[in-house]
Amino acid sequence: MECVFGMVGKEFAVVVADSSAVHSILVHKSNEDKIMLLDSHKLMGASGEPGDRAQFTEYVQKNVALYHFRNGIPLTTAASANFTRGELATALRKNPYSVNIVLAGYDKGSGPSLYFIDYIATLHKVDKAAFGYGSYFSLAMMDRHYRKDMSVEEAIELVDKCIIEIRSRLVVAPPNFVIKIVDKDGAREYAWRESVKDAPSVA
Amino acid sequence: MSIFEYNGSALVAMVGKNCFAIASDRRLGVQLQTVATDFQRIFKIHDKLFVGLSGLATDAQTLYQRLVFRHKLYQLREERDMKPETFASLVSAILYEKRFGPYFCQPVIAGLGDEDKPFICTMDSIGAKELAKDFVVAGTASESLYGACESMFKPDMEPEELFETISQALLSSVDRDCLSGWGGHVYVV
Repeated sequence: MECVFGMVGKEFAVVVADSSAVHSILVHKSNEDKIMLLDSHKLMGASGEPGDRAQFTEYVQKNVALYHFRNGIPLTTAASANFTRGELATALRKNPYSVNIVLAGYDKGSGPSLYFIDYIATLHKVDKAAFGYGSYFSLAMMDRHYRKDMSVEEAIELVDKCIIEIRSRLVVAPPNFVIKIVDKDGAREYAWRESVKDAPSVA
Repeated sequence: MSIFEYNGSALVAMVGKNCFAIASDRRLGVQLQTVATDFQRIFKIHDKLFVGLSGLATDAQTLYQRLVFRHKLYQLREERDMKPETFASLVSAILYEKRFGPYFCQPVIAGLGDEDKPFICTMDSIGAKELAKDFVVAGTASESLYGACESMFKPDMEPEELFETISQALLSSVDRDCLSGWGGHVYVV
């Protein structure tokens, strides 16, 4: 089952997603990247219907880039979150997307922020967010250990605690996770947590 | 589970002596799971007009954006703020437009009309207005709220007493409802 979660720390935000691409009982691949870089300082972790996930996040990414081209300045995290919500809300009563989104970003003035966007376009600015069956474990761990203004090391320690809980307590636990971070220096991949590596391709 | 109970909400508005109070809970949930404990359900339209939107959170957000848009247009055209009675009719019309594909929201409107006369009303999700002289309630905790308000309400309360009354009515009602709670926001005007 797909797990996405994220939290805000001191001058940074972190988003974690599992990396299994699953079709019914078959695992297609275990190194699927579900966290898209919207632009230099934004991360969008998504979970849900695989086609919708890939398609919708790419759509948002291209529209964020278009705004940058047209207006010469990048969108703020809040603006891109509201744009995403608007797109989901418009499609909701016609052809709904089944994608749950955790959007993290860093803005020069306001610092790091994290947005929870439901598949039915419920938007809320939060300090910690999680989706999927994994959310029962990760939200509980974060409720227990999260503090405002954690350092990167403390936050990653908490992320690892959440991943351990998901791996040990979720019946169809995804084996691998990707961790991405966004701070004043930009959005980037931080680490992978792999317990199953894909078989290397035959040379 | 009903679509109105998906996110969980509790709203109440009360009339006092030349003042009104509107209060909501702060929980945002996804069925049984609590997602946030600081969710805003009451929005200011202008200094003397507040609207609370209970029910499905996504529709509450969409509806709020549409209402603010319509009110801003009204302000540009008429060069004044909308009266609460007019605003209530506007909300009712907007909701009935979607009669066969409604917004899953129950609004609570509270405002001060001419000569600071307090006005409150609620409506169902397709715009059937219910004007009241004392209090109106909405949300998953509405049945508890009816009981609490009926017993605690007195006419012509001063703002401080009105604040206490509405807070106690809200808190005791949401304590009996698992889908709403986690504190309250109270606005007294």
